[in-house]
Amino acid sequence: MNGESVVFWVTAIFSVVGALGLVVSRKAVHSALWVAFAMVNLAILYFMLEAPFLATTQIVVYTGAVMMLFLFVLMIVGVDSSDSLIETIKGQRAIAIVLGLAFGVLIIVGITATASPTVIGLVNENIGYGGNVQGLAHLIFGRYLLAFEATSALLITAVLGAMVLAHRERWAPRKTQSELSRERTRSGQVTPLPNPGVLARSNSVDTPALLPDGTPAQASLPTQFQSNPDDGVKEVTS
Amino acid sequence: MNPNNYLVLAGILFTIGAFGVLVRRNAIIVFMSVEMMLNAANLAFAAASRITGTLDGQVVAFFVMVVAAAEVVVGLAIIVTIFRTRRSASIDEANLLKY
Amino acid sequence: MTAALIGLPLLGATVLLIGGRRTNTWGHLFAVTMSASAFFVGLGTFVSMLGRPAEERAVNQHLFDWINVGSFQVPFALHIDQLSMAFVLLITGVGTLIHIYSIGYMEHDANRRKFFAYLNLFIAAMLLLVLADNYFLLYVGWEGVGLASYLLISFWQHKPSAAVAGKKAFVVNRVGDVGLSLAVMLMFTTFGTVTFDGVAASAGKASSTSVTWIGLALLLAACGKSAQFPLQSWLLDAMEGPTPVSALIHAATMVTAGVYLITRAHAIFDLSSTARTAVVVIGAITLLLGAFIGTAKDDIKKGLAGSTMSQIGYMILAAGLGPVGYAFAIFHLLTHGMFKAGLFLGAGSVMHGVHDDVNMRHYGALRNVMKITYATFGLGFLAIIGIPPFAGFWSKDEIISAAFGQNFIVGLATLIGAGVTAFYMTRMMTMTFFGEARWQDDVHPHESPSTMTVPMIVLAVGSVFGGMALKFIGNIDAWLEPVVGHGDPAKEVSNTVLIPVTLGVVLLGAGYAWFKYGRRPVPLVAPSNVRLLTRAARADAYGDALNEAIFMRPGQYLTRSLVWFDSKAVDGSIVGLASVIAGVSSQGRKLQNGFARSYAATMLGGAVLIAVILLLVRL
Repeated sequence: MNGESVVFWVTAIFSVVGALGLVVSRKAVHSALWVAFAMVNLAILYFMLEAPFLATTQIVVYTGAVMMLFLFVLMIVGVDSSDSLIETIKGQRAIAIVLGLAFGVLIIVGITATASPTVIGLVNENIGYGGNVQGLAHLIFGRYLLAFEATSALLITAVLGAMVLAHRERWAPRKTQSELSRERTRSGQVTPLPNPGVLARSNSVDTPALLPDGTPAQASLPTQFQSNPDDGVKEVTS
Repeated sequence: MNPNNYLVLAGILFTIGAFGVLVRRNAIIVFMSVEMMLNAANLAFAAASRITGTLDGQVVAFFVMVVAAAEVVVGLAIIVTIFRTRRSASIDEANLLKY
Repeated sequence: MTAALIGLPLLGATVLLIGGRRTNTWGHLFAVTMSASAFFVGLGTFVSMLGRPAEERAVNQHLFDWINVGSFQVPFALHIDQLSMAFVLLITGVGTLIHIYSIGYMEHDANRRKFFAYLNLFIAAMLLLVLADNYFLLYVGWEGVGLASYLLISFWQHKPSAAVAGKKAFVVNRVGDVGLSLAVMLMFTTFGTVTFDGVAASAGKASSTSVTWIGLALLLAACGKSAQFPLQSWLLDAMEGPTPVSALIHAATMVTAGVYLITRAHAIFDLSSTARTAVVVIGAITLLLGAFIGTAKDDIKKGLAGSTMSQIGYMILAAGLGPVGYAFAIFHLLTHGMFKAGLFLGAGSVMHGVHDDVNMRHYGALRNVMKITYATFGLGFLAIIGIPPFAGFWSKDEIISAAFGQNFIVGLATLIGAGVTAFYMTRMMTMTFFGEARWQDDVHPHESPSTMTVPMIVLAVGSVFGGMALKFIGNIDAWLEPVVGHGDPAKEVSNTVLIPVTLGVVLLGAGYAWFKYGRRPVPLVAPSNVRLLTRAARADAYGDALNEAIFMRPGQYLTRSLVWFDSKAVDGSIVGLASVIAGVSSQGRKLQNGFARSYAATMLGGAVLIAVILLLVRL
């Protein structure tokens, strides 16, 4: 019952809970948050495993950068979108459960069937190299230099790929400022519209502002709520 | 403290990640499950590094992280592109290669 | 020179068949010329043969080495001796007469040229059969006449009954041909040679069982070709062919090939009493069967066919009596060739006059309008029933006396046969030529042209004088003796008793027929409520029904079951295999449902499998 085992059991349970939360959450954003939670716990575990550099990189790169990327994309896709948890492919859930259990049991049996190994520990290594980071640097720029160069090429390719994929072709030439101003003058609405809430009389989004002569200004309503001025105010559902 | 515990934990996390890939329909959640699987592998590498007393396991885990980051970049770009055309992020929609 | 005998008619057949319609105008005359020249060549050979002493009369002409395979040596050689000389004269003589007859008979047929080509082909094949020097070459001629018979029976191809009859004749003949093939093979294995001289020389050294089996196989062949029991069913159907065909092939020549075979193979039969007994039994059965069938036939040609069957039964019976009977068989063969051909030509002439109607119930009182036909038919009739001094009396009585010398029952059978022969021939004669005219509407019977009547007259002369000429002038026993051996006359019964008894039986039969058919009017339609025996005779003694039940039906069932098996089991297994594969693949393709998650599940499954294998290997 030493400190290491206590920390291990707590963080292990938390990371498993996080993983399960990822799988069963309805909303995508919740899943992302559970994943981040699990990853932080894993970073703690890395600290326990005498891998401080790895733990820091885990938090900074994984939780920081990768999960943020996920959240940005979620925002593009639709933050509110929630999946129904009804399975559409017949038998998929059953197969998934069976295979998952089988795999898990196999891995665990395979691991625990061996006798518990003696831990050599990395303390001497770290001292020998003059620190964990130095040791890793020795190896990365030494023995694994080729892999390092290859991954750098990979990163460049990934960036290029993202740029190509996310590129939106512009079909019409970009409107210059003079064109824009000419359009505005022609349309009659030269000045920008007031920001939301500037002429508001109430908190409700569907209450229009009043023009100086007292008539409701349909332009102050969000597009969804604009109605024909002759029919009175009525909601238009999109 | 049996060092095998870390490996068992890695196995459990991997299994949960695999289950998530199979069960969820939202492409982004599937992707996150894949990230979970990669993390489990990283954990296993780090534990093995400690057991054997060499730093090679950590180096490999580091590289895994790099590659995972690159993969996320491209993968999410693909998802965004698909979402733009189809207005849906469900991976079941991409079933045109059926019989 | 002997080769010219075969070569001339063969040339005729070839020219007419290859020349085609271009030869239509002169084809028949060319064929007649070929046949007649063959007759003259034969006559010349006969004269030269007479000039030589008896021991030197046989001539062997080797044309070329035909089959040369190891120890199986078969030369293409012709052998002409007294026996084959008799046949050559019969074939070419009667053949030429029938060729001339056919000019008039087939005048209105568009395919007359083809008819003559087939007739020439038949003459060539039959001559090859009798001139062959070994059993194998004889087989070639045997098959050739079978082919010619098939072509000629089904000559009027547009008639389905003719086509069926030709097929039936060929198939039944084939059964007999199996016997000849077996005999040739057995001869080769037993004696090492198939030539007549070779077999005769080594016949004594073989075991009696093999000789018996060879004899029985030859008997089977003879039954097929000569329409003996149990292969007799084709002969009556063969009357579908034109009448000249019936006269030449199915009366005078082809059906006698069986008798020739047995006589030629006398060396075999002399050594095996079992085979000889079988031959006698078959001959006796057939002579009674043929006579029995002939009594109830209203079709004039079918009646004459039954008569042919019966007379050949006599010949076969005589040939089975051993050396004492061979000469009588050939004697009766020659006389029968003349009077039966004459009877058939007469029937053809009658049919020609009544618009090709074969039903005797539509004849009657034709003696006043067809005088020449009446005279020639009548002379043939007297010959066949055995009234002295006509031809049939001399030959048939020899057979009856030799039969009594062998066995009383066999002799009795021949005697009864003679009586029944007289009965049905008299019936035929009265129904056709006597009584009142029962002609159908717009039938005006008239005499036939001279191309038809002249051959009939020639054959009638043969029917009258042929028997006496062959016995007294030609001395046929002595003539054939160097070939067939000498018979033991002590076995014969005295003629002074036999001849009056035979004549009495004959007159009894004739008188009974005259009483039944000559005195009372003949009904136009055959009466239907008749005795069982009459019904049996009308149905050819149920020969066809027996054949169908014993052979055809099982064969049909076998074929049908094989077809079912083939379509269900063989095809079914192949098609079933294909549909199994198709079913499996159509189920298998459902794995490709397009969902990435299913594929991910498959991947995980594979990973589980690999993990299991790794663990098993480790553990």
